[in-house]
Parts: sequence; structure tokens; C-alpha cells
Amino acid sequence: MNTVPLLAVKDLSVSFNTPDGVVHAVDDVSFELFAGKTLGIVGESGSGKSVTASSLMRLNNSVTSTTTGSVELDGRDLLSVDEATMRSIRGQDIAMVFQDPLSALNPYYTVGDQIAEAYVIHHPTESKKDVRIRVLDMLKKVGIPNPEKRIDEYPHQFSGGMRQRIVIAIALINSPRILIADEPTTALDVTVQAQILDLMLDLQRETNMAIILITHDLGVIAEVADSTLVMYGGRIVERAAVNEIFSTPTHPYSWGLLGAVGSLDTSTRGHLSTIPGTPPSLISLPSGCSFHPRCRYAKETGSRCTTEVPQLHVVAGTSSSSACHMADAQLVALAQHGENQ
Amino acid sequence: MLLFITRRLLFALALLLAVSFFTYMLFAMLPSDPAALTCGKNCKPEIIAANRVRLGYDKPLLEQYWLFLKGFFVGRDYGVGAAAFSCPAPSLGYSFSQHECVSTLIARTFPVTFYLSLGAFVLWMTLGIGLGSLAALKKGKWQDRAATTFSAVGVSLPTFYIGLLVLFSFCIWLRILPFPSYESPFEDPVSFLTTMILPWSTLAVLSAAGYTRLTRNGMLEAMNEDFVRLGIAKGLRRRTIIRKYVLRSALVPIVTIAGLDFAALLGGAIITESVFSLPGMGRMSIRAVVESDLPVLVGTTMVAAVFIVLANVVVDILYGVLDPRVRQR
Repeated sequence: MNTVPLLAVKDLSVSFNTPDGVVHAVDDVSFELFAGKTLGIVGESGSGKSVTASSLMRLNNSVTSTTTGSVELDGRDLLSVDEATMRSIRGQDIAMVFQDPLSALNPYYTVGDQIAEAYVIHHPTESKKDVRIRVLDMLKKVGIPNPEKRIDEYPHQFSGGMRQRIVIAIALINSPRILIADEPTTALDVTVQAQILDLMLDLQRETNMAIILITHDLGVIAEVADSTLVMYGGRIVERAAVNEIFSTPTHPYSWGLLGAVGSLDTSTRGHLSTIPGTPPSLISLPSGCSFHPRCRYAKETGSRCTTEVPQLHVVAGTSSSSACHMADAQLVALAQHGENQ
Repeated sequence: MLLFITRRLLFALALLLAVSFFTYMLFAMLPSDPAALTCGKNCKPEIIAANRVRLGYDKPLLEQYWLFLKGFFVGRDYGVGAAAFSCPAPSLGYSFSQHECVSTLIARTFPVTFYLSLGAFVLWMTLGIGLGSLAALKKGKWQDRAATTFSAVGVSLPTFYIGLLVLFSFCIWLRILPFPSYESPFEDPVSFLTTMILPWSTLAVLSAAGYTRLTRNGMLEAMNEDFVRLGIAKGLRRRTIIRKYVLRSALVPIVTIAGLDFAALLGGAIITESVFSLPGMGRMSIRAVVESDLPVLVGTTMVAAVFIVLANVVVDILYGVLDPRVRQR
């Protein structure tokens, strides 16, 4: 396995100034991304996963937000390069697929123009004819039938799934090394979801790009990710390989998440289990471990949960990291014997 | 597209026919005898009766309307013998108080209104879209606050007030400009410009206020669109994004309203023309109202209606050109 990361994120923190106070959307997030691998980021709404992703490309409003830490690509810190350099990286080295394909495309230009625009901005000398051939090629790759005709159509003439293919075509036209997919299938039908995921994986195999896949759908993670970050309240609470997160999850929040997944063949009929309480307000996070008000183990683990922010550490006996004050042995025991029973 | 335009134009024609009918009937039902107004106070009943016949007011109302309509296409002759006169097509009737064909009157006054409207339109679009964009791009900064203040003040000031204010400041107090006296731009361009600059600015400042707000809000809304974020993620320059993504989507509602506003102005800028003594259609309408000059009122109403209806058609077509989603249907 390649041990040099393509992208290294260290101590990334993002906060927004709002009229209600400072929102700490992302707090001290570190992770590494490797070529050809898919990193899944899971969490509830407001857990900071989308902000983490958009700050990698510096898409957050620079007036209202403050970003600290570093995002290293090829030895350069993307958070400190100048705007022109950042522009040349956007779309060229790192590309992004958004959640809602219905609103992600500019309604006033043909899809061909929009894909071409993404290419031309980084290849200004290419002739119009060559660009068109390339765009047609890309449309074929993302599975748009009859591309010669559809290249000159407008976004509203495409279905949701087809539009997401267009968005992917825009993202991949420059063969980026990193693709950030922010809930790429959330707005789509289940059958279309699978097609879009398959498409992304196929194209990943072809170009060896790294994918950051943001989702709240653990089924999607199970299907496509290699490793997973679980985020809660702007922090990473667990980092694990994808098979580990399902077999031996090592954080009470992950247990809750996994317990909340419905299953057709489950023996526990009736209620879908939920995590009690609501996600925390990012303006006034609970002290200590931000999950403690909703954690059923917080009481027995003791007052550390309410006073001290748990650090992400490798849990002994596993290859996962967890940010929980509980003793490692207890975490593993609970994970292995099923904490819900 | 061609079918769409043809259909819209035919519909517009039918609409104008209906407007002409109702306008004619409405004015004909006013409790004033047009024939009695043809001559002075001490008019003899015989003359009134003769004029009534001459102008066709003795005929049934429907026939009068028919003659009016026919006159528009083939011209119209009034009276017989030595006292006969005619208004050639397109005739809109005869003004008994000004002793001229309405079409002649409109042909003389319309250019003034047209120059006034066109100049004001160009000024206010430039000012409104310019200030609106500036405000949106500098949101929260002093430029934004200044533009927002301007637009709030602008929409709440009445034309006659601003008009008199600038007239007083520039022509009487500062004496930078001569007192307005309208000259045709082809005969005396300098005098034309010095006369028009104040009415242009007055109309422009007031209308620009609304457009500033419209542009600012439209652009700010567009900036939050996902497709703008995707544009940034593509690596596009800010300038390209503003032009192709933000301004482009803010433009559609602006075009719609601008078209209708311009058309409404072409029907006569009554207050502005009165304040600056411009011999345009608006001032003529006011005079017609005061003098109960019904043919002129019917005529100017019809001209205004034509512009409103035409503007609607043009805006609909432009809408299709600007927004591909509309073109489809």
C-alpha cells in the first residue's frame, strides 16, 4: 500500500461568525487521503462533514468564516496559497460533486458548455473542436445515452440522475486526483443511487483518483468506502477501516448510528432504534465530550466525559481510533458483544 | 418559436381591439356632449347640431365606434362641401378643441415623449444595474449601505417633488442650466440636451431606485445558488462567475419589469412632462382631460395600450431568449 498520502489534513478548524454567535463547525480535524482509495465521512446533519469538505477547496465564505490548520497537497498548504494558485487547483487537482444535481447546474447554459467551461479554464489553448470531442467522450463515459444530441441540451431537459452524471462529468473532465462527493446520491432514487456510486467507482479504478465521500447513509459507506471517519459536533469521534466500523465499532456514537440502520432481516422487530436527544448546537457545544448528554455510558465512565475533550487514539486490540474516555478493553468488549443487546 | 410569436401577436391584436372598444364606449358614456364643446360658451344650438352631424356624434354609439375603427385603417372624412375636411389613415379622430386630427397631434407630441423615455430608460438601467451590482458585490460595506439608502430614498420621493427640486436648484438657484424649453434634437441639439438632462435624470433617479434593489437582491440570491458554488469549484474566475452565473440569473426578472416600465413611460410621462414643460403626449393628455377633449383621450389611451401590449409580447419573447426553461414550453 502506498504510504505517502495524497492529501494531509492537520488540525483543521472552521468557525463561522453569525449574528447568534460563533459556530464552531469543524474542530481539530485531521486525516489523510491516499490515491485510489475512498474515504467515507459519516455523521448527522450539522456534524461538520460538509464544511470539512468545502474548506479543502476553500469554498467557505472568507468574510464570515475563519479556517485554521493545514491542508497539504504536494507539500503545499492549500489554506495559505494565494487565490490564483487555489483557482488553478480547483477543478484541476480537486473536484467536487454536490448533493443536489437539480440546483448544481447553471440553468442558462447547455450541459456541453458547462462541461467544456470546466475544461477550458484549465486548458485555455485547446481548440473548440478538440474540447467538444473531449466533452462528448466524457458524456459517454458517465453513461449519457445519445451524447451527440444531448450535449446541446439544457439541464432542465435531463432527469435528476442524468444531471448528477453531468455534474460528475464536470468534476472528472480534468481527471482530478481528488474527488470530493458531498452526499452525491442523497437527492436521487435508490436505484439511481447505486448506478451513480458504481459509476464513481468505475471512474476511480480507471484514473486512480482518491474520493472523499460524504454521506449520512451507512449503506453507501459499506458499499464504496475503504476507510471511514465518523464525525459528531464538528469533531472526528472514530476513524476506522470500513470493515471494522461495521464489525467492531469503537465509539458509543457509532454504535448508535449503526443501531439506527433499518434492516429487513433483523430479529429485533418493531421499533427502529434511535439515538436519544438531538444533535448539539455548534454555537455552544456541550463541555468535555460533546456526545456525553446523549451517551448512555457517560455516567459510568465518570466526570471526565463532561470536563475533558477525549482525544482520538488507537484502541488497543483494534486498528481503529476512537475519541472516547471509556477504557479500550471495555470499548472492544462492548463492540464485540453487541452493545444493543 | 415563430409559431409562438405569431400566436402572441394575433392575441395582442385581439386584445387591442377589445381595448379600443371599451375605451371608446367608456369615453362616449361620459356625461359631456362632445359637440357642445366644439365652440365657445355662447354657441348657437344650430352650430352645435351641425357640428354633431359633421363629427358623426349623431349616429348610434356602435356605428360611431365602427367609423372610428374604420377610420384608423382607411382614414376618415368629416362633413361635406366647403366645410369638409379629412383625417388620413391612421385616423384616431378629430380634436374639436385643438382643431386638428388626433393622429397629427400624436405624431407631433410622441417624439418628445419617446426621447424623454429612451434617455431616462438608458440612464436608469445603467444606474440601477450598476448600483445594484456594486451593492451586491460589496454586501455589508459602505457601498452597499449607500446604494441601499439611495434606493430607499429614491422609491419614496415623488416625481413632482424631485422634479421641482432639481428645476429650482439647477435653473434658478445655481443657474447652471437654462430654463427648459423644448427644441427638436435635429434642429438644436444643444438646447435639446440642456432641456432634457433634468427630466431624464429625474425619471432615471426615481426608477433606478427600484432597479438597484431588484439587481442587488437578485444577485445576492443567485450568489447562494449551488451552481455558483460549482462554478467556483470548477476554478472559474470571480469575474466570469459574476457575469455568466450571477448577473445572468438576476437579469431575467429585470428584463421583464424594465420592458413594462419603458412601455408605460411611452404612454406619456404626465408629471415629468408637466413639471418641465415638455410638449409630449403626457402633457397633451392632461390638457385633453381638462378640456374634455374626448378624441384626444381615446387616441392617447390607444397609443399607450399599444405600447403596453407590445411590450408584453416583446418581454415574453425575450424571456424565452433569456431562459431556456421557458423556451421549451
